[in-house]
Amino acid sequence: MLHTSLYCRSFPSPSHLRSLVLSSRLFPSVAVRTSPTLSLRRSRANRSIAMAATEDNRIKRIASSIRVIPDWPKPGVMFQDITTLLLDPLAFKDSIDLFVERYKDKGITVVAGVEARGFIFGPPIALAIGAKFVPMRKPNKLPGEVISEEYSLEYGTDVMEMHVGAVQSGDRVLVIDDLIATGGTLCAAIRLLERVGAEVVESACVIELPELKGRERLGDRPLFVLIKAKGV
Amino acid sequence: MAAPIEEKDQATQDPRKEGIASSIRVVPHVPKGGIMFQDITPLLLDPKVFKDTVDLFIERYTGKDISAVAGTKMCRALRILEEGIEARGFIFGPPIALAIGAKFIPLRKPRKLPGEVISEEYVLEYGRDCLEMHVGAVQQGEHVLVVDDLIATGGTLCAAISLLERAGAKVVECACVIELPELKGRERLKVTPLYVLVESH
Repeated sequence: MLHTSLYCRSFPSPSHLRSLVLSSRLFPSVAVRTSPTLSLRRSRANRSIAMAATEDNRIKRIASSIRVIPDWPKPGVMFQDITTLLLDPLAFKDSIDLFVERYKDKGITVVAGVEARGFIFGPPIALAIGAKFVPMRKPNKLPGEVISEEYSLEYGTDVMEMHVGAVQSGDRVLVIDDLIATGGTLCAAIRLLERVGAEVVESACVIELPELKGRERLGDRPLFVLIKAKGV
Repeated sequence: MAAPIEEKDQATQDPRKEGIASSIRVVPHVPKGGIMFQDITPLLLDPKVFKDTVDLFIERYTGKDISAVAGTKMCRALRILEEGIEARGFIFGPPIALAIGAKFIPLRKPRKLPGEVISEEYVLEYGRDCLEMHVGAVQQGEHVLVVDDLIATGGTLCAAISLLERAGAKVVECACVIELPELKGRERLKVTPLYVLVESH
């Protein structure tokens, strides 16, 4: 039986530090399905509300565990530090669970993690959904044969590399990083994967900084995030 | 060529270790001539072997009162002069931490961690390196496991142990997928126990 408090649970209002926007794709619809009795319909709706309330709590815990460091690495930047999330075993587990729940039945064969913080979130997701883990790295880190993709930064360019043969044509890939800002890094990862014939099913991050328009840069490439925050 | 650690009783050799050993690719002359680079990326491309690797560590450390797992992301010098190969302690540490309900603490090169840090400089065969940890990541008396993909000379692991002990924690063990025994890292760790899955010669 559900407690009445779950019926009355409201979605979080924006905190004074950051706004929490719950991705609409996260929650199952509460549509009433055809069923023999009213009580059965109500219990299905109850379960959906309970699930939504539980996921609401997980997002809240994750968001409040992230530390914001002002003026790092340079003045004017509000740095979203996920290391404090990693110090909270329940919040860390919740963040992985939220990704795993979304992707476990999507036929994902590869999780591509972007160096360096994508290496923290990617492997647990890969392990849980039975996918390969492929690191997407800075130059000259991967031994053996690699393919490279140059991409632009605010000032200058950088290069991302992937092992030849790590990903095959027809692989269904999830790209993971801790945060999307301008989207340059994610776009480079997606291009590398598409060059070898893989299908990038979605990109996923813990945090999005919407003002930096990374989502727009991704265009029609799907993006899923747990939290949106102000980064500047 | 990587091989499973010889168990005292051959009959109890864990069969999972064979798969792990054979999934490690040895790349000769990387980063320089004479070096045999231990590439664990093929291990990550085999979900069953990756899971077996993590499971072996989880089975060992579940219920052992470990509250934190520390992993490094450092340049590692293997008898080379200028270049380092970055370690992949970030890849194995977090899944172990998640499974045993411990925190994960990243230990990094200078200027990668924002906010207040403590630093440990250490000597490599040629030159020096520096490892940093966030202030407040560990509390006094916490039991910590340090995880890395490989132990060579043991320099990085010793620096990690030093950082954690300076913050008042106790490092109960270091755990690595691969040991290069000829580089005597185990001896450099002195009293800190070391657990590895495979050796490479």
